[in-house]
Amino acid sequence: MMRRVAVTGIGVICASGRGRDAFRRSLARGESAIRPMQLVPPGSVKFANGAEVADYRAMDYFDAKEIDALDRFAQFALIAAREAVADSGIQFGDELKENAAIVTGSCIGGKTTEDDGFRGLYAEKQTRFPPLSIPKAMANAGASRISLEYGITGPVYTISTACSSSNHAIGQAFWMVRNGAAEVAIAGGSEAPFSLGLLKAWEALRVVSPDTCRPFSKDRSGMILGEGAAMLVLEPMDRAKARGAHIWGEIAGFGMSSDAHHITQPSAAGAARAIRAALRDAQIDAERIGYVNAHGTGTSANDPAEVEAIRSVFGARVPLVSSTKSMHGHTLGAAGAIEAAATILALHDGIAPPTANFHEPDPACAIDVVPNEARRVEMEYALSNSFAFGGLNAVLLFRR
Amino acid sequence: MSSELIGRVTGVIAKTQHLPPESVTIDSSFEELKIDSLDGINILFALESEFDIDIPDDAARQIRSVRGMVEGIEKLLAAKQSA
Repeated sequence: MMRRVAVTGIGVICASGRGRDAFRRSLARGESAIRPMQLVPPGSVKFANGAEVADYRAMDYFDAKEIDALDRFAQFALIAAREAVADSGIQFGDELKENAAIVTGSCIGGKTTEDDGFRGLYAEKQTRFPPLSIPKAMANAGASRISLEYGITGPVYTISTACSSSNHAIGQAFWMVRNGAAEVAIAGGSEAPFSLGLLKAWEALRVVSPDTCRPFSKDRSGMILGEGAAMLVLEPMDRAKARGAHIWGEIAGFGMSSDAHHITQPSAAGAARAIRAALRDAQIDAERIGYVNAHGTGTSANDPAEVEAIRSVFGARVPLVSSTKSMHGHTLGAAGAIEAAATILALHDGIAPPTANFHEPDPACAIDVVPNEARRVEMEYALSNSFAFGGLNAVLLFRR
Repeated sequence: MSSELIGRVTGVIAKTQHLPPESVTIDSSFEELKIDSLDGINILFALESEFDIDIPDDAARQIRSVRGMVEGIEKLLAAKQSA
């Protein structure tokens, strides 16, 4: 059984917008949401800027007891899932609950909770650790909370493959719905990396920009961390049409590969194999792709390798490529999910979102990266790339 | 069992569970207050801070009610004083 898979619900919370429509408008305007970080003390890390969810107040979404029990990354997961499920109009009856799946991605899980606990232990010399820390910090906390919220009793799990986590998660959910293992799926990812311990670890890696994220620009100086979540509701196309649901788009293919090359350095060959695998899975030719939402971190290493991979697949006919990380930051394990939302909305609206903060073409990245201004363009198919540390590549292929 | 001790224990429970203070009494059962096992562990953590005591795991496992909590803490406080 090979069913077409429709996206009938989209939920997003990130620096570029709280809610799908705010996110959509912000990307179409090409606004970079990168700002001075508020969640850690100024001067505590060498880089000053991040893509935080501005003015986020948990109490706007949760009661006091829920806030005690939810790490920030799980709050984001639940907020995005609520929006996506409401958007889909799906009501989870008894039978559907058993046949529904949830697959989420998270690279770091509840690091904020752990950081608070470790600070108490090491800095404040406390002898005890807050007791909800284990269930709050587990990487599947978001997925499990979503299952509790809707009473979903089918397959529920979380994938942690660094910056490819959400693409792997959405890909797995897509395949489950396509082959009949699930009748509906909530899939996406969430992340909340703004805790001091983790930021110091990123600082030590020397890949975070002191300025902002300028993917593919000659003067790019690194990535900018971001936080947030996005969730999609996936269901068979026939079912979505039968119930008259609004269809945002379709997932048509998924491909993955491992570089087996280096723990942090990217490999163009590995990335290209994942892109080809997604095209093969969707059974379409490369020339039908109109847009690629790039991994596009803005680091010196990623961008030329990604361009090389894209060139090797598309040859002389390279589609439009942009990195929306220039606007919502690199949200690590949530990146694939937020960028999947951006890509589906791009196809739906006929607007290729830009690569913001772009100054100057780099001969090593000489392709059309939709610099600074969104472009109206009709496209039928698009890709969204995620290439993780550890050499793990995951590519989703969407159809309008 | 002093009323001050009861008040401190019920106060900690109410605060931890985000309940109105008057809703927690010495006779409240955990079921009535919708306190599950994880909530219970969280309350014990707060009680340890409130009274500067260490509640051992075996004692913690036996507590099923507010009254049981107050009695257990009374014993631990007495042991702490005599130590």
